[in-house]
Amino acid sequence: MDNVTTAGHAPVGHAHKAHAHDHHHEQSFVTKWIFSQDHKVIGIQYTITALLFLLFGFSLMALMRYQLAFPMMPIPVIGSLLGAANAPGGIMLPEFYNQLGAMHGTIMVFLGVVPLAVGGFGNYVMPLMIGAPDMAFPKLNMASYWVYFIGGVVMLTSFFVPGGAAQSGWTSYPPLSIITATNGQTWWLMGMIFLITSSLLGSMNFIVTIIQLRTKGLGFFRLPFFVWAQFVTSFLLLLAFPPLEAAGVLQLMDKVAGTSFFLPTGLVVGNRPLDVSGGGNALMWQHLFWFLAHPEVYVLILPAMGIVSEIIANNTRKPLWGYRVLVYAIIFLGFMSFIVWAHHMFMTGMGTTMNSFFQTTTMIISIPSVIILSALFLSLYGGSIRYNTPMLFALAFLPMFGIGGLTGLPLGLSPSDIHLHDTYYVIGHFHYVVAPGTIFALLAGIYYWFPKVTGRQMSEVLGKIHFFGSFIFINGIFFPMFIQGLHGVNRRLYDGGVQYAHAQPVLHWNQFMSYAAWGLMLFQIPFIFNFFWSIWKGKPVGSNPWHATTLEWTATTSPPLAHGNFETVPEVYHGPYEYSVPGRSQDFLPQNQKD
Amino acid sequence: MEIPYTVEVRPDTGLSNGKLGVWLFLASEVMLFAALFSSYILLRVGSVEWPHGSQELSVPLAFFNTVVLISSSVTMVMAWASLKMNDFGKFRMFLGATILLALTFLVVKFFEYEHHLVAGEGPWHNTFYAIYFTITGLHGLHIVGGIIVNSYLWGPGAKMWQTEKERFTNRIEIAGLYWHFVDLVWIFLFPVLYLL
Repeated sequence: MDNVTTAGHAPVGHAHKAHAHDHHHEQSFVTKWIFSQDHKVIGIQYTITALLFLLFGFSLMALMRYQLAFPMMPIPVIGSLLGAANAPGGIMLPEFYNQLGAMHGTIMVFLGVVPLAVGGFGNYVMPLMIGAPDMAFPKLNMASYWVYFIGGVVMLTSFFVPGGAAQSGWTSYPPLSIITATNGQTWWLMGMIFLITSSLLGSMNFIVTIIQLRTKGLGFFRLPFFVWAQFVTSFLLLLAFPPLEAAGVLQLMDKVAGTSFFLPTGLVVGNRPLDVSGGGNALMWQHLFWFLAHPEVYVLILPAMGIVSEIIANNTRKPLWGYRVLVYAIIFLGFMSFIVWAHHMFMTGMGTTMNSFFQTTTMIISIPSVIILSALFLSLYGGSIRYNTPMLFALAFLPMFGIGGLTGLPLGLSPSDIHLHDTYYVIGHFHYVVAPGTIFALLAGIYYWFPKVTGRQMSEVLGKIHFFGSFIFINGIFFPMFIQGLHGVNRRLYDGGVQYAHAQPVLHWNQFMSYAAWGLMLFQIPFIFNFFWSIWKGKPVGSNPWHATTLEWTATTSPPLAHGNFETVPEVYHGPYEYSVPGRSQDFLPQNQKD
Repeated sequence: MEIPYTVEVRPDTGLSNGKLGVWLFLASEVMLFAALFSSYILLRVGSVEWPHGSQELSVPLAFFNTVVLISSSVTMVMAWASLKMNDFGKFRMFLGATILLALTFLVVKFFEYEHHLVAGEGPWHNTFYAIYFTITGLHGLHIVGGIIVNSYLWGPGAKMWQTEKERFTNRIEIAGLYWHFVDLVWIFLFPVLYLL
C-alpha cells in the first residue's frame, strides 16, 4: 500500500506518505465501526449481531413454549402485542406457531450460531492466532458482514409482510412450502440467498488467510486446533452451500415464475388439482437441502470443538491429548460429512439400498467424532484443572455433546429411525448437540476471549451463576424430549400432542420443559448484564491473563493494535500447547518464545 | 499495514492470495452448477417424456453463441498476454473485444428468450423450459458479472497499470480464470440443453 502512495504521488514523496500514515489512525466513526475493514471490528460486529439474533430466536421459542405448555390459552401480557392476525385475543394461531417454528430454526442456525462461531470467533481470533495482520481480503470481509446483515434484515422483515413469515419449517420441504399461499417463503428464500452468499465470501477469505498468511515458522501442524476447526469448517461452507443456493433458486422459481421443479404431476391441493405444469420431484429438494444441511451440522459443531480444545488445554495446563489424531479426525470428518446427507431421509421411501449406504456412512462418521470427544476427555486426565467460567462451560460441552452424539446413533440406523423419525426425540438429539453443546462452547469462548477484545475480564461470580443456572435449566428443557419422543410424540404439533392418546402419559412434561425454557431465559440476564458491565467496569487485565501459549495472547496487547495487530511480526518456534514443559520456571511456553 | 502476498507469491505455497481465492471461488461455482446439472438429470430421468433439445431450441443460434464465447476466452488470454509483453494498447483492444463478444452473447440470448416467451414457452410451460431458463439465466447472470468486472478493469481499474504493473496483470489473470469458467459452463450447457 505504501508503494501505491509514493508512486502515485511522486512529487510529494515521503512527506505525503508519513501524513497518510497519520491519517490512518484517525478514522471517522463510520469507517472505524460501521464500514470497517479491520477483522477485529468485523468480528465484533458479527458477534453482537449474532448474539442479538440468538436472543431473538430464543424469544420465539419462549413464546412457542407457552402454547405447548398451555395449549389454546391466551398468552399473558405479550399475547396482546402480537396482533390480531397472529394471536387473536392473545391465543396463538396455528399458522403463527408454524412461523415461529420455522423462523426459530432458521434464525438460530443461519443468523445466530454460524455467524457467531465462524464470523465472530473466526474473524476475531483466527488471524491473531496465525500471526496475520488481517484477513487476506479485508474488503471482502466487510462485504461478507454486510451481506449477512441484509439477509438478517430480510428475514426479520418477513414477519411483517401480509401473511407473515415462512411457515414450512427451517427445512422448507416442498410441496408445502411452495403451495402455502403467503409470501413468507419467498422472503425466506431471498434472505437465504443473501446469507449463503455471505458465507461463501467469508469461507473463501478464511481458507486463503489460513493457507497464505500464517506467520514465519507456523507450519500446519503448529496451528492451534481452533484454526484447524475453522479451516475445515470453511471448506464445508464453501462446497456445501452452493447446492442449497441452487435449490433456493429453483424453489424461488417455483414460487414466483410458476415452474414446477418440486411439484409432481397431478398434485391435488384443497380438493382441486394444482394449476402447474407438473413433472417435478419433491424429493429433489430434500436431497439438495440435506446435501448442505448435513455438512452444516458440522459447521455448527466443529468451531465449538475448536474453542473447547483451546480452553481445555489452557486450563488443564497440559498439551491436548493426541493433537495430530485430532487434526486427522477433523479432516476425515469434513470429508465424510458430504456423504451422509440422506440419513435424514430414511422415511421417504428411497429404498433399502440407499438406506443401507447412508446408514453405513453415518456409522463411519461417528468414529472421528468419538475420537475427538475421547481425546478431549483424555486431555483432562492428570491435569491440575482451573475451574474458571470458560472452563466450566467447556467441561459441560463434553458430556452434553456426548449425549447429543450418542442419541444420534439410533437415528442413523434406519430400523430404529422408523420409530423415532419426526418425534421429539430428534429435537432432543440435535438440540443437545447445538444448544448445550455448541452454544455452551460459544459462551465459553466469549468468557475466554473477552479479555483479549476489551482488556477487561468478565465477572467470575456472575459467570458462575450464569453457568450453573443455564446448565440445570437447559437439561430440563431437552432431556424430557427424549422421553416424549420415545413415546412417539411428533414434533411440530401445534398443541404439543394433546389430541393424541399415545401422548397422554408424557404430556405433563410439556409444562416442565416450558418452565425450564423460561428459567434458562432468566439465567441469561446475569450474562447480558455481565457482558456490558465488564466492557467498562470489568477487572483490567494484562495481555495474557490466562497464561496461554498461542499467539493471540503472547504476541500482542489486549485489545490488539488497530492496524496490523502486532507491533512486530511474530515468529513461531513451538507447537500450540507447550504447557508445563518440564524444567522450565513458567508452566507455559509461548509459541513465539525462542526457548 | 500491508497484507502479505497480494502481489508476490508465497514461497511455500507457490500462490498469491488472489489466485488461491479465485480458485476457491470457482470450486464453489462448480458445486453450484453441479447441483443444477444434477437437478436436470434427476428431473429428466424421472419424467415420462422429455422433449429433444434440438426440436425446441435453436441449435444454430446456440452454436453461434458457443463460437462467440470461445472467441471471447481467446481474446481474454490475449489481453493478459499483452500485459505480460508490456503492451497496454493491445491489452485495451483485446479486453474490449472480450467485453463486446460477451455483449453479443447476451443479445443473441435475449432474442432466444424473447422467441420462446412470445410463443408461450416460458419457464411455467414445462419442466424442460423451467430448467432451461433457470440454468441459462444463472449462466447469463455470470456473463453479466464478467462484463461488469472486465469493464471496470478496462476503464477505471486500468489506472493501476501506471502504478503496479504486476498486480494489475494478476488481476487480469484472475478475471480471466473466472471468464474461462463461465465459458466452460456454457460448453457443458450447449450439448446438454440443445443437443441431447
